[in-house]
Parts: sequence; structure tokens; C-alpha cells
Amino acid sequence: MAVVEVNNLVKSYGPLEAVKGITFSINRGEIFGLIGPNGAGKTTTLRVLSTLLKISSGSIKIMDYDLEKEPDEVRKIISYLPEDAGAYKNLSGRRYLEFIANFFQEKNTQQMISRGMEIANLGERIDDKVDTYSKGMMRKLLVGRALMTEPKLAILDEPTSGLDVNNAQEIRRLVKSTARAGTTVLLSSHNMLEVEFMCDRIALISNGIIVEEGTPRDLMEKYNAKNIEEVFTKVVR
Amino acid sequence: MSSLGNIIKKEARELMTPTTFIPIILIAVMFGTLGNAFGNIEETMQEKPVIGLINADEGNFSANANLIIEGYSDVVFKSNDTLEKDKGLEELKEKEGIALLIIPSDFSEKILNNFPSEIEIYWIMKGAGILDSISSAVVEELIKIINTNISYELISTNATVNATIALNPTYRNETTYFKGRELKGVSPGDITNILSSQSTLIPIVMMMVIIMAGSTVISSMALEKENKTLETLLTLPVNRISIVAGKIISSAMIGLILAVIYMAGYSNFLGSFEISGQINLIDLGLYLSPSDFLLLGLSVFVTLIAALSFCMLLGTMAKNFKSAQTLTFPVTLLALIPMFITMFKDFDTLPAALKVLLFGIPFSHPMMAPRALIFDDYILVISGIIYVGIFAIFMIILAVWVFKTDRLLTGSVRRKKKGRSLFKLK
Repeated sequence: MAVVEVNNLVKSYGPLEAVKGITFSINRGEIFGLIGPNGAGKTTTLRVLSTLLKISSGSIKIMDYDLEKEPDEVRKIISYLPEDAGAYKNLSGRRYLEFIANFFQEKNTQQMISRGMEIANLGERIDDKVDTYSKGMMRKLLVGRALMTEPKLAILDEPTSGLDVNNAQEIRRLVKSTARAGTTVLLSSHNMLEVEFMCDRIALISNGIIVEEGTPRDLMEKYNAKNIEEVFTKVVR
Repeated sequence: MSSLGNIIKKEARELMTPTTFIPIILIAVMFGTLGNAFGNIEETMQEKPVIGLINADEGNFSANANLIIEGYSDVVFKSNDTLEKDKGLEELKEKEGIALLIIPSDFSEKILNNFPSEIEIYWIMKGAGILDSISSAVVEELIKIINTNISYELISTNATVNATIALNPTYRNETTYFKGRELKGVSPGDITNILSSQSTLIPIVMMMVIIMAGSTVISSMALEKENKTLETLLTLPVNRISIVAGKIISSAMIGLILAVIYMAGYSNFLGSFEISGQINLIDLGLYLSPSDFLLLGLSVFVTLIAALSFCMLLGTMAKNFKSAQTLTFPVTLLALIPMFITMFKDFDTLPAALKVLLFGIPFSHPMMAPRALIFDDYILVISGIIYVGIFAIFMIILAVWVFKTDRLLTGSVRRKKKGRSLFKLK
């Protein structure tokens, strides 16, 4: 069953067309990777799907909700982690998670906060002000925030950006286990190894157009490549 | 190029932006405009005051007083019949006069008999601003000259004159007509003094509240963008009106707390200069009733909401904390203009263009409201509340609209001439 259905999506900023009619769908529990060079339209696509930007033309359905007509309903079932996101510096990690959880009144907020703290895995530092966190700690807190709500769709823009190898591996494992538990994941990344390891399917986007789509294995076979990085360089020249 | 030159060039290029120069240019234009609008104070002081004179006395002292008055003022009504007081006042009102002086029939005789003589003054007061009282100050100076002249004459011609009478041969019996009220026993100067604490305290407090609370809202929006928390907030299940309203209400609360702290300190400061007067404000009707306080509170409240909504709109344009500081400038300017105008001039005595400007600036209304309420000018206060309320609603709708568009995150996209595009993302 498709959780996300994107049909002929176009997104323009004035005269500039950043996304030029892309179509893809993501099934329940699937990790779908959107990869491409800088300025290809990845973040724009993710921002449109997370209700931040308006659709210029085309349509998007998330769990049967029309994103253009029912953005408030969509916001209840998605979670977006921007690439360079931050948290409120005057709050502690715990207070930040509480602040976010309070927007989801229908769910058990206390349970949600505990889950967020578990994912963030910051130990006693969870009660310190966010202002004192390292980049890696901040990212872990934000991943905890994004996944604690058990969204139907998690949209993750460069989830391991700025993390060291150990922390990045931890986040990847977390995302995979979240997907196994039923959350659909749409992520973008520049790290081809990460994409190959995590994604069930990937779409290569270049100049606002999806130029290739498939499982990592199929794409590697098709392009007779040893890894996705090679596929990427062959497709996006 | 030397290293020093290289750094100077880079720094100068960074500083020489429109945001550096526009505020200073606007301030210069503002002061220039206000200066022209208020007119030249020196000229006003040198202008002959327009007055009326009823001289019922035929003695020497009044004749001399008559000569002084005619020499230093423009006498538009003359009579020797004290019963023509009302006629004189009517004529003065028509000719924009400021005072009717009445010299009674026993003026000279009383002085010669060692009794101080009365000069009745009926003031027609137009405004209670600091600059509005200049004309009456000129007339008061005229009375002093008459007094000095009589003193000189008494001392030089009459060796047996009582010293007290020689120094103070006349006393004033004053009545002031202001905004439809007859205020007995007070001069325009007294009224200006009574109202001066409001003229300075309320505009300054309002200005401070607007600037403090306004900059809080703008900074809050700028920090959301700078710390990259806005994107997360906008994808949460919370409607845009709640985000806008939440920021406005919290800033209004902080603004009011700051105002109370500021007002407590400032009123203490002003109180140290106050001299307890003998004028009973309640007898003169110069006080605010409970319903007046309610209207004043409403005026302050809607203005605060209007100011914060306007700041919220400005905040959506902020890219970061630095740009937020620049964006507080329009708010500061819009708070400073009415503060200066209301401190120096009364709304009624302003030129038409300034009246329109003052009414149009939403922050002016709570600054003008106390004086207007004291003199029962409910039309100005209520129309102000309605206008500011509409302004606030419009600003909130506009802010919510911006929150629903891409503009909040992507900034502006402009098209260059000749079909070339200029893409500008925040």
C-alpha cells in the first residue's frame, strides 16, 4: 500500500523551476532515498512533502490525504527533520522534547517524551540546555524529536549530517528499526554508502527531474557498478 | 593593495548598505519635517499676540497700560464698556485671538490709594502642548511690563507709596476657556503644567512599550530563522493563527510587565520634580473617570496588539538576528514621531497634514487619549480605537497569510529587466 504518492510535482520559485514534474510513490515501511547533486531539487521536494512549501502544480497524497487541501491532517502524521535544523537554545533537551510532544495531544505525551529521550540517548545531558550541546548531540536530539511521535511518514534530510561514524551508525540503525516498526521513511543524503545501506529503493534526481529509480541492487546491476556512488556518477554526469 | 587597505575596503563595503543609510536619512527627514511643521519658535515668540482690550478706566496708569498693550500686541477688539466682555470674546475667537484683557474703572484710583488693582484676563486656550503655550507666555510678559512700568512711575512720582504696592501694583484674575470649558482661576500655563506630566510620561511609556515588545517579536522570529527552528515548528500540527497569536500574546505580556517596571521608575523620577499646587483638579473637572480609564486601557491594549502584529509582519522578513535589529527601526520611528508631536503640540492645534499623519500612525492614539478624555473628546478616542483595531486585524490577517505562503522560508523572488531572473533565497 502506497503511503506517499507524488504525481507530476512541479515547484517553482518565481521564474525558476526547481522541481520539474517528478512522480514517485513510497510503500508502507519502506525507506526511500532521494539522491542527487547540490541544487537538484531534493530539499525542495522534501519541503513540499512536509507542507512547508506550496505545490506549483501536480499532486501529492500522503495516507490518502491530499497535501494541498488537507495540510493540517498531513502534519499530524508526518515528521520532518531539516538538514541544518536546530532546537530552542534556552530549553533543556528534555524541555524541548516536552514542547514538541505537547503539540500531539491525542497521543500519550509522557510515553512520547520517554521514547524521544531513548532515541536521543543523551544520558544525563538531556537536562542540560541545548545551547551546551555539541553538533552530534544536537542531531541526536533532533532525530529523537522526529521519531518519537511515531509518524506514518518520517522525512529526513541528511539525517546523519555532521555526525561522527559511531553516532551516524547509531542513527542509521534507529531509522531502520523505525521503518521495521511501520514508519515509512523518505530521506535524502549525499552519503552514497548510507543510501546503499539504508534504502529499500532510491530515486536519482538531477536538475529537478528523476532520472533513475529502483532498488540499490537493481541499479547497480543495470549500470554494472560496484556501488551506488558509481551509479550516481554514471547517471548524473 | 596593502593589507590595511584591503581590510578597510572590505569593511566599508559591508557597512555601506542601504540598511545603514536609510534609517539615518529617514531620521533627518523626520526632524526636518517636524521642525517645519512646528514652525519657528523664535518667530512665534516675536509675533505680536492677538488680543482684545476693554479699558473702563480713565486714569493715568491705565492710559500707560493701554499704550504698552497697543505697542506690543495686535489689539483686534477695543472697548471701554466692561459689559461688552462676551462680544469681545466672540470677536477674539473669530480672529484667533488669545486673550481679552479687562481694566476695571477703578484701576488707577485703587493703585493711587495704595491698593493693588485687578486686571481681568480671559484666555482662549487652543492647545496644551509645550509649544502651544508660547503665545500666552508672550501676553504674560506684557502684563509684567505693565506692572514694571507702573512700579517705576509710582516710585519716581510718589514718595509715600507702600512698598508692597510699588512692587506689585496689579494682580491677575484669570479665566481660561479651553476645549469648551470655562476654567476659573487658572491660566493656560497652569493647565499646561498640570497636563505636562501626562504629556511626557504617557508618550514615553507607550513608546518604550512598543519598542520593547515590538523588538521582542521581531527578534523571536529572527531567532526562529537563525536557529533553524521555524521549519520544524511549521511542520507540527499547529495552525498558523496559533503560532502568530502565541508570539503576539507572549510579547504583549512581557511588554506590559516591562511597561509597569518602566512606568514605576519614571513616575518616581517625575514625582521628584512635582511641586504640590493649590489647584484642585477635580474642581476644574481635569480628571479621568472610571469609564475614561476603561477607554484608555482599551486604547493601550489595541495599540499594543496592533504594534505587535505589525512587528510580527516585519519579523517574517528578518533573515537573522542582525537583520532583526534593522527591522525594529520602522517601529521605533513610528513610535518616536507621535511621541514628539504629542509632547509639543495638541492634536487640535496641528496643521491638517500633521493631523492626518498623527491619526494615521496607530501608535499615536494612546498617547493622545488621556488629554482627549480629560476634555471629553470621545470622538477622537473612540474613532482611534476603532481605527487601531481595524489596523491590528489587518496586520494579523497579513501575518497569518505570510505564514501560509512560501515567502516566510524562501524570501522574495524578483524578476530582472529584459526577462532575466534574479532568484533570491533567504
